[in-house]
Amino acid sequence: MPDPQAQPATPQGRVEVANDRSAITALGERVLAAAEIAGYSEASRFAVRLALEEALVNAFRHGHKDLPKNETVGVEFEVDERSIRLVVTDRGPGFAPDDVPDPTSDENLTKTSGRGLLLMRAYMTEITHNQAGNQIRMRYCKPASEG
Amino acid sequence: MASEDSRLRVTVEDGVTRVDFIDRNILDEANIKAIGEDLAQIIESTDKPKLIISFANVDHLSSAALGQLISVNSKIREHSGQLRLADISPQIYEVFAITKLNKLFEIHETAAEAAGSFS
Repeated sequence: MPDPQAQPATPQGRVEVANDRSAITALGERVLAAAEIAGYSEASRFAVRLALEEALVNAFRHGHKDLPKNETVGVEFEVDERSIRLVVTDRGPGFAPDDVPDPTSDENLTKTSGRGLLLMRAYMTEITHNQAGNQIRMRYCKPASEG
Repeated sequence: MASEDSRLRVTVEDGVTRVDFIDRNILDEANIKAIGEDLAQIIESTDKPKLIISFANVDHLSSAALGQLISVNSKIREHSGQLRLADISPQIYEVFAITKLNKLFEIHETAAEAAGSFS
């Protein structure tokens, strides 16, 4: 009989997160603690935390713009020694990632928003969206230098 | 000046206002908004403000924090002031570099170096 109290070999989870700072912080810390155990450096953990934060901010700010404030966002995570996978799904109508303007162009440089997707793309190894545009799937592969 | 429950530590020396963040993580949208309001108050209450924002204590910041810094930069220009950013760790600097905001802001290695750069 398997021990029901045993921790899974691969830390993973699926949670519904409210737009609440303490809940978002707790989730981030849970993922980062698993990443630290799996041997990810501080720089890697910085990258993953930033991507998770930006995905959640975008989900609540844009995806849930017209939804009740208590609507939650779904987050799946899976951490192993080779990569970290994050899937963030909101309940909004979705967006077209290719339509997001380049925030680094001269005409957009002084705009006060629109940099979240750029940062996620820069820090994560792989990013894909579902067809509806309300789900972002991200993978961070551990650099070879981190073993 | 910053309110009692401000997330900022503010010091003024030789006409230069230095602002440090109390929190290590500048992520919470409500906090970021409050920080923006405190900085706006500092700018509006000073003639031609000379402002240094030090990131010495900061481990993480979000794109919303970057947006607030852009607003602060615009406001300080409206008041014929000057803004310098300083004490930015390599990890945080990379965020500025990726977003090309290192071209928009005047960034110095240390607050002391920033203080000497005002015209």
